Amino acid sequence: MADEIKIGAYLCTGCGIGERLDAGQMETTATRDGKAKYCKTHEFLCSRAGVEMIQKDIDDGETNHVVIAACSRRAKNDAFRFPTVALSRANLREGVIWIRPNDDESQETTQEMADDYIRMACAESKHMKVPQGSGEQQLNKTMLVVGGGITGMTTALETAKAGYKVELVEKTGALGGWAATYSKRIPVKANANAMPMDNDIDAIIAAVSEHANINVHLNATIAKTEGAPGRFKIEIATESGTGNTVEVGAIVQATGFSMYDPAKLPQFSSSNADVVTNMELEALAKAAGDGPIKRPSDGKEVSSVVFVQNVGQNSREEGQLQYHSGIGDLVSIKQALYFKANNGDDCDTTILFNNLRTPGAAGEDFYRSGQNHGVTFRKGIASGVDAGGSLKVNFKDMILDEDTSLEADLVVLDVGMVPNSGPDPYAVPMEIDEDAEAQNKADAEAAGTEYNRPVEIEVDSILNLDYRQGTDLPQLKYGFTDSHFICFPYETRRTAIYAAGPLRRPMDIHQAREDATGAAMKAIQALENAGKGRAAHPRSGDLSYPLFRKEGCTQCKRCTVECPFGAINEDEKRYPQFNESRCRRCGTCMGACPVRVISFENYSVDTVGQQIKNVDMPDEFDEKPRILVLACENDAYPALDMAGQNRINYSAFARIIPVRCLGSVNTIWLTDALNSGYDGIVLMGCSKGDDYQCHFVKGSEMAHYRMGKIADTLQTLNLEPERVATYEVAITDIQRAPQLINDMAATIEQIGMSPFKF
Amino acid sequence: MSLNNALVEKYRNNFLKEVQDNVEEGDWVKMCMQCGVCAGSCPLGDAWEHTPQKIFMMIRANKRDEVLTSESMWMCTSCYNCVVRCPRELPITHIMHGLATYAKKLGLAPKHNPTQWFSEQFWNNMLKKGRVNELKLGLSIYFKDGFASGVKEAMAHQKLGMNMMKAKRMAPMEFFGGHGIKDIGGLQKIIKKAQDIEAERLEANAK
Repeated sequence: MADEIKIGAYLCTGCGIGERLDAGQMETTATRDGKAKYCKTHEFLCSRAGVEMIQKDIDDGETNHVVIAACSRRAKNDAFRFPTVALSRANLREGVIWIRPNDDESQETTQEMADDYIRMACAESKHMKVPQGSGEQQLNKTMLVVGGGITGMTTALETAKAGYKVELVEKTGALGGWAATYSKRIPVKANANAMPMDNDIDAIIAAVSEHANINVHLNATIAKTEGAPGRFKIEIATESGTGNTVEVGAIVQATGFSMYDPAKLPQFSSSNADVVTNMELEALAKAAGDGPIKRPSDGKEVSSVVFVQNVGQNSREEGQLQYHSGIGDLVSIKQALYFKANNGDDCDTTILFNNLRTPGAAGEDFYRSGQNHGVTFRKGIASGVDAGGSLKVNFKDMILDEDTSLEADLVVLDVGMVPNSGPDPYAVPMEIDEDAEAQNKADAEAAGTEYNRPVEIEVDSILNLDYRQGTDLPQLKYGFTDSHFICFPYETRRTAIYAAGPLRRPMDIHQAREDATGAAMKAIQALENAGKGRAAHPRSGDLSYPLFRKEGCTQCKRCTVECPFGAINEDEKRYPQFNESRCRRCGTCMGACPVRVISFENYSVDTVGQQIKNVDMPDEFDEKPRILVLACENDAYPALDMAGQNRINYSAFARIIPVRCLGSVNTIWLTDALNSGYDGIVLMGCSKGDDYQCHFVKGSEMAHYRMGKIADTLQTLNLEPERVATYEVAITDIQRAPQLINDMAATIEQIGMSPFKF
Repeated sequence: MSLNNALVEKYRNNFLKEVQDNVEEGDWVKMCMQCGVCAGSCPLGDAWEHTPQKIFMMIRANKRDEVLTSESMWMCTSCYNCVVRCPRELPITHIMHGLATYAKKLGLAPKHNPTQWFSEQFWNNMLKKGRVNELKLGLSIYFKDGFASGVKEAMAHQKLGMNMMKAKRMAPMEFFGGHGIKDIGGLQKIIKKAQDIEAERLEANAK
């Protein structure tokens, strides 16, 4: 039964489709050109009666490949859900009648458009299979949490509370991390008189230690991580040498942050005992208890303190941090209030800021509280600290526009947070200019100073992933592990491995705990998905996975290199080895493969290629060009749908095919299209680069790279390079996306029809 | 020791505290977050030496003399634009007047500042009858630089004066005494008492 393809086509005439288009002709198209077994018309297909009609046909064995010619595949998903059959959709509403003017003149081309979409849907259906899952999936309800600081502990607790087991690995001999060293905390809910709140870290440590679902490994690191989501094998190495192996379904990395080394800032006299960082001040405050805070050099009670904000960060100077940690100002307000509480109201506390950042509603209240309690805030840029005799902070007052200074018993430096990341798998190796270095060495010798050859700083791996594409999580910027922070927070480029806390971006305890909870929820979702063989974000629930025809493979390794998620390893014979549960189903491997041996059950070189070929191609003298639009299903396709909803017209010569990601576009589709007489091709992907919006991170970038090389091919075919255009389109480009199609139509009018028509 | 010196001695390096203790609404100064909206909103901002934002910063930076001898607070026209716009809801206009009054009390207000002079005229004028005699107040401005220039000034505005009289907007008979409130003595006592209380408080603070 499964072998014979029985296409059942269903044509909806609701929403104006019946009035605008010739239903009879479309039925004929479906059965004659599309080779559908039958085509049934319904005036309201997404109604209960319509859906029941389809379901009955499926149940009766009348059809196993359903083609629905109605609205966009993005609409009425709940009604048209038939998981047991291959399903394809012809977009007659958003894609045809809503984007064409309703007049006699346009009628002919509009009808042709609709007929073509029906042919395409039937062709796609013919080459689709119902995704079955690989059968390799496993459900493992244990999670690995790396790092025993506030983030790791919160992740562990939240996971454990949800009924999952946790293996918590901490490098040091105790839980708590930085948070355990803090005297008090920034208040979570502040008011304009709020004081720092008590540090509740001990209670959290106790809760983690006592929880039956959490197994804590202290003095331990990860020696090796192999496998895939749902079946990770983790070798845990302990200091004592007694390693053990645990199996987990998902991983959360919460390795936190280190402080920027103040020794790199000699202009702030950072070697002076009375010039401390915020972290060092916490130790002084802890030591002081309820009594006055004393300065380290001679134990004098501090009667004046200056907090110098934003040093060595938000800087363009070499060796300093380019970003700002964002929470240092709240930390300093908290610590200034230590002095107001412990050293008395008369203790002169000045916070020297340039741009004060007190994020969140509580942050603003806490700032007011600092002001209310008499902390002086001065806007200025500090140039340095003089340590001869008493400490003197030199700064430029930015309001009064003058160079001035402040004397103090103690100076506190707000240095930035640096993420504890492992080595970036995609780091570009440092290039050393040997000639310049030889000159530097000679200069140093001539001047009698020490010459230091620049060296690449080695970072120890944290996860030791047994992945072909590196041992750790890929980084986004400045060493932070993050993905698009608005569109898909938490998602890393390694499926079921999540980053949480200050590893993703600088955070305070409150933010880190919220972040940890989010990561725990995502990781639970991921291990459950892995157990069912379903994809994670953004194709959540997708059961298809890359199938690979080994006989045809030439071992070119493009797929293993280009997979944005490191899903593909190599086996002993150097063939690609697909790990379906690491895969996000973007199809970038399919787009990369030069011999086209990679496909998905419901998305392959054929499902798209046959759609391209089944468009009815008018001959050269008809003056009816054909424009192929391959649009990313995440952003560009919805933008075009929305253009339809807004009744924005575009050329009736366009034939739009949604693709999973522009990265999945195989160049054979372009060659096929040009050979079969298409006059122009428009590719629409998401924005790429540092501020990427590509849901598969690198897919759009790969596509642009590949298309950059296609101009040569076009010229060898004697075709104008303008016939293929690649664009970055955002979901908000509702006006622009149709305009790009119209631009291509105008270009074709200018350069003429393709010579490849038959 | 003068009151001013006593206060300097008392507050030494903490002018902000001096302002908080002694200036009307001075307690608000510490809450300024230096956004500069007041400076940008002031219709006369360009004409000032120091905008409110700067005045507040100078207070925090212990610039006592510069603040108290500044002409800036005297230039405030009480349009209340800054008060309406201040995101921290500081009563900026009131603080400006408070600072001006404080400077005046300590004898630090700029001597030749015209608004300072006018404020004094206004106050004294009001105190005599319990209400402002507009005619006399106007004339005192005309004749502020002596008789000759006053006559010249008045002649130049002759037509305006005639029109105001015709429209009953100016009562020339007010020149002779003018009318006042019922119990002027009572009012003067009230004000005297209030001034005494304030002076006592300041004296006490200076100790």
